[in-house]
Amino acid sequence: MTTAPAVPTTTAQPRGWYKRNEIAVTPWLFLAPAILFFAFYVIWPIYQSIVISFYDWDGLGEARFIGMDNYVELMDDGAFEVSLWNNLKWLLFYLLAIPGGLFIALFLNQTVTGIRIYKSLFFFPFVLSQVVVGLVFSWFYLPNEGLLNGVLGLVGLGPVNVLGDPTMATYGIIAAGLWPQTAYCMILYLTGLNAVDPEQIEAGRLDGAKGWRMLWFIIIPQLKPATFIAFVVTIIGALRSFDLISIMTNGGPFGQTRVLSFYMFEKALSEYGFRMGYGAAIAVVLFLIMLVFIAYFLWSMWKEEKGR
Amino acid sequence: MFPTPIEKTPRSWQLTYQSLLPVALIMWLLPLIAVAVFSIKPAVDFTQGNYWGLPSSFEMFNNYGQVFFNSDMPRYMLNSVLITVPTVIGAVTLSCLAGFALGIYKFKSNIWVFFMFVAGNFVPFQILMVPVRDLTLDMGLYNTKTGLVLFHVAFQTGFCTLFMRNFIRALPYELVEAARVEGIAEWKIFWYVVIPLMKPAIAALAVLIFTFIWNDYFWAVVLTQGPESQPVTAGITSFNAQFRAAYHLMSAGSIVAALPPVLMFFLMQKHFIAGLTLGAVK
Repeated sequence: MTTAPAVPTTTAQPRGWYKRNEIAVTPWLFLAPAILFFAFYVIWPIYQSIVISFYDWDGLGEARFIGMDNYVELMDDGAFEVSLWNNLKWLLFYLLAIPGGLFIALFLNQTVTGIRIYKSLFFFPFVLSQVVVGLVFSWFYLPNEGLLNGVLGLVGLGPVNVLGDPTMATYGIIAAGLWPQTAYCMILYLTGLNAVDPEQIEAGRLDGAKGWRMLWFIIIPQLKPATFIAFVVTIIGALRSFDLISIMTNGGPFGQTRVLSFYMFEKALSEYGFRMGYGAAIAVVLFLIMLVFIAYFLWSMWKEEKGR
Repeated sequence: MFPTPIEKTPRSWQLTYQSLLPVALIMWLLPLIAVAVFSIKPAVDFTQGNYWGLPSSFEMFNNYGQVFFNSDMPRYMLNSVLITVPTVIGAVTLSCLAGFALGIYKFKSNIWVFFMFVAGNFVPFQILMVPVRDLTLDMGLYNTKTGLVLFHVAFQTGFCTLFMRNFIRALPYELVEAARVEGIAEWKIFWYVVIPLMKPAIAALAVLIFTFIWNDYFWAVVLTQGPESQPVTAGITSFNAQFRAAYHLMSAGSIVAALPPVLMFFLMQKHFIAGLTLGAVK
């Protein structure tokens, strides 16, 4: 903490210590509750989790220090490998929400009557809880009662059991996740498109830019802030995916739809036993993956702060 | 404006666009429409295989009546309200204070404290799970709404502080300087100068956090069990177990569970979208 810069005071002479240091002390008084809460419930637990990952602990009895054993065990845990691959699939395919959202935003960026209602209704899946999205889609995919097979039947395609098929199930869940996520990206881009500089578009038109070239060289560069946010929220959403998996397949069939966040929960809390240390080790791996992105996000924000 | 405004395009494309809009919307909302139709069907439609046809009788009042009067659903809804509202108040209050400190004052560690909140907000929940559950157990708050609220307030403070701080940064700083020249105490500047200007941000944040917390499932499962404290997102799984394969009731149940944030969104749309897209434009 530095000493406060001199403040011009036109009123009476500084009285007590607080008055003299008001500018230096006030921010910390205002920050104190938030920092205390955050440190207690977020920062400290991160550290604790890392520590627990070096222990063998059932959550109740004595914890036993075992060094790197949990991590060594992870190396040839088949279920862990499946989860890791699935996380990668989530990361890759979840990003489809960004072009998808841009596409819908371009489609809806008009001023016909009733367009506002269309925009809100297109956005509305984002407001639903992931639990409800999961239920809605698991009923949509049902082999007999589901609408998907009803529609497929109309065009003569055989019934598919999306969530019962080990190779297809993860993609089925990702598709469900893309539904609200695309809506989110759409609203970001609609706002971004609103702020695109009309003069640049005119200038582009005069230079003969049309359609794709206009989109690529003039519009998309101006949408950069929206794309950045869309990227951040989509990556985080992909790595946090838990609710949909838990609701739609509960990790099955044969554990093929597990991701790290879900596998960790299974190991630490569900009926498969209370292996807190092992669960914590999985969480640490997930955290390290996330840390790469967090570092990148913070770095981008820092560059921007300096640019001000 | 991009793409080309529809008024300036050929008549044929205008007509195509106008008819494409409702078709696209119906396709987009198809899974949800199916659930809405399910929820007003009688049970007999499912046993007879009439899944996608028109309902053979209109059972909306019956099905929703069952959800409201013959299940734990109202209880779960009340729990959700009692968890969500205090969290919104707590998180918004803490972040107004912290956002003011980080947005107005220049001190050396400012950016680091700010980045701590931002980074913490991005962390995967799972790394907090074991210690937070343990902490909550130790404080005797496991399976209580208070335990859930305290954690939510702390975690949401990360995002809220990011939001508030950026909003305050964009306010005219001269106002604060003018107030200081007048010799007004710092806390009075906060209360009488900054807070009135923050009203739109507070509204936007409150709506957003309401939705986030109402829709939370992970922490509800980790920190609570049973109808006395579980919110509706966790409760719906027990509800569905109770009405196994009764799709008309399960559909009605999930629509009820989804309704409060949906209403919130349609009533406060302007604030909601303003909150979500803060930072999407320079």
